[in-house]
Amino acid sequence: MVFTAVVVFLGGSLWTIAHSFTSSRLLPKWKFVGFDQYERLWSTRRWMISIENLALFGVFSLVFTLVIGFTLAALLDRKIRFENTFRTILLYPFALSFIVTGLTWQWILNPDFGLQAVVRGWGFENFAFDPLNNPDLVMFGLLIAGLWQGTGLIMVILLAGMRGIDEDIWKAARVDGIGTVKTYIRVIIPMMRPVFVTALVLIAAGIIKLYDLVVAQTSGGPGIASEVPAKYVMDYMFGAQNLGQGFAASTMMLVSVVVILIPWAYLEFGGKKRG
Amino acid sequence: MKIITKLMSATALLAASSLAAEDLEVTHWWTSGGEAAAVKKVAEAFNAGTDHTWIDGAIAGGGGTSIPAIISRIIGGEPMGATQLNHGRQAQELIEAGLMTDLTELAEAQGWRDIINPISLLDSCTVDGRVYCVPMNIHSAQWLWVSHGAFETAGLPVPTNWDEFVAGSAQLKEAGIVPLAMGQQGWQQSIAFGALVLGIVGVDSFLEVTANKNADEAASEAWTRAFVAVAEARELARDSNVQDWNLATNMVIQDTAGGQIMGDWAQGEFQVAGEIAGKDYSCLPGMGFNEILDTGGDAFYFPVIDNPSVKAAQMELASLLISKEMQVDFNLAKGSLPVRGDIDLSAANACMQKGLQILADGGIMPSNRQTFDADTDQQINDLMSEFWATDMSAADAQAAYVSIIKNAN
Repeated sequence: MVFTAVVVFLGGSLWTIAHSFTSSRLLPKWKFVGFDQYERLWSTRRWMISIENLALFGVFSLVFTLVIGFTLAALLDRKIRFENTFRTILLYPFALSFIVTGLTWQWILNPDFGLQAVVRGWGFENFAFDPLNNPDLVMFGLLIAGLWQGTGLIMVILLAGMRGIDEDIWKAARVDGIGTVKTYIRVIIPMMRPVFVTALVLIAAGIIKLYDLVVAQTSGGPGIASEVPAKYVMDYMFGAQNLGQGFAASTMMLVSVVVILIPWAYLEFGGKKRG
Repeated sequence: MKIITKLMSATALLAASSLAAEDLEVTHWWTSGGEAAAVKKVAEAFNAGTDHTWIDGAIAGGGGTSIPAIISRIIGGEPMGATQLNHGRQAQELIEAGLMTDLTELAEAQGWRDIINPISLLDSCTVDGRVYCVPMNIHSAQWLWVSHGAFETAGLPVPTNWDEFVAGSAQLKEAGIVPLAMGQQGWQQSIAFGALVLGIVGVDSFLEVTANKNADEAASEAWTRAFVAVAEARELARDSNVQDWNLATNMVIQDTAGGQIMGDWAQGEFQVAGEIAGKDYSCLPGMGFNEILDTGGDAFYFPVIDNPSVKAAQMELASLLISKEMQVDFNLAKGSLPVRGDIDLSAANACMQKGLQILADGGIMPSNRQTFDADTDQQINDLMSEFWATDMSAADAQAAYVSIIKNAN
């Protein structure tokens, strides 16, 4: 276990970082060029656009996944009828891979056959909804697909958290005359902190590694309007046969994860005593 | 112990002498209609003419998807029996790392140096005097495909060069026809860019930039005019939102688009659709400006597999690929030009005849795949995808292009 952790994770990362300072092309070579790869990376428009896209997708995805997931979970938590059926339906998209999700939404959002054509067929001739061919809106086209796929899981996790809350809390709230919504926001959410942490980690990981959805749904287009960092890494490592450049980009991704995660993980887990 | 060693060497000998029938996996990205028809001819000939079996490893998604998949399999130690790549610099490092089978003996025995025309194709397969691939066909990228039907609908004569094409574009638009079909992928936009620039700046200036990496030349006034022309072409392609090249070709076949700038592999699609060159569509090599074509194309590489029986099968496939019959059958189906000058292609249609004539007249130049490495190619594709999809100005695009050329090797 220790061996795996050290060699595979730490060793692999260090090897990658070290090679990002070389001029490796198709095969890794020890020929140092200093920060050349990074200079090139940060002066490449495609990389800058990738970063912006990821930030945009990340913020919206984080907020909407949590809000929608929590709302759905709360609705299911109200002991509605056919809860099982709803839960299954809402969780179902998660069973599909990002590739299938991406292709499906590519078809749904296709202006000639999909949603736009259907609505126009109903008589709304001027209805226009074509995000995938509009550089300004394409990230929202991806966001829709991402939310559709991922919200179900977060809903189930939050629902499990809600079920873990003692019935007595609800009884106490009712006795005090606190409304349902207020109880959720003021009492239940703070009590569900560990569950939210799990949900956050899952969502954040999904955002950083956003790749297959983009490949399947837009392949980075139109133009380079929906490129993401992970795709830059893949394209430059293998397509462009430039390992050094790909490694530099993946090192930047690692750095950004570390910068965000380590202080947060320290605050979350490190400060408290076990027990 | 001794007995075991003896037994083992005996089996090894046996294996070496009685070469078994092998299953040879061949990877390629020929998946459109015309391409699939062509590769089927090779598979059938291989299955019928040898003891071995062709295992088809078609990878969908074009070269951009397939080349990384193929290369990572070879590097990862799971090589296929044979694979398509574009000849040029894609496999350079794999050859240097000793991962590709040396075909020199076969090449010398069959005298490839005498039969392959133009010889630059074989040179692209040669590293340090050794031959590592079999050139399969010649593809050139500088073609304008024009739909006769679309121009008839608009009440215009069929154009004979790019300028006439642009002049008629307004009327095409009025008739509800997209003037220029364009798949929204970087490499296709790069092809259109290259073909247009070549037509405007001329071959000497073009090669000065692509082959000699002269960034000052790329910043010159002639290139500025070329970038402006590409920006105009972008406006003609505004309403074309297909992705794959063959879907864009299909727009020309269906007469919903006036034309397409695409390599001669588009030919295969017209053929599968039953269109006739000169009657349903026209082809204008060099955009109708200059009769010059590049000599890109496909080649087969054979990754090193440490098994004499597989190696024998690889050699049999290599010699089949270069044989006269195969060159005729394959290239007629695919619409590409053969790599041999000594075969009879009278069955070829009008467009291929044009290409053959240009080839015979020596109107050739190296392709981008031969002059740029994959890294530069990718950067230009990225630039072109952005340029064609947005309102990026011609001046900005030129500045970005100059800086790519400056850093190219």
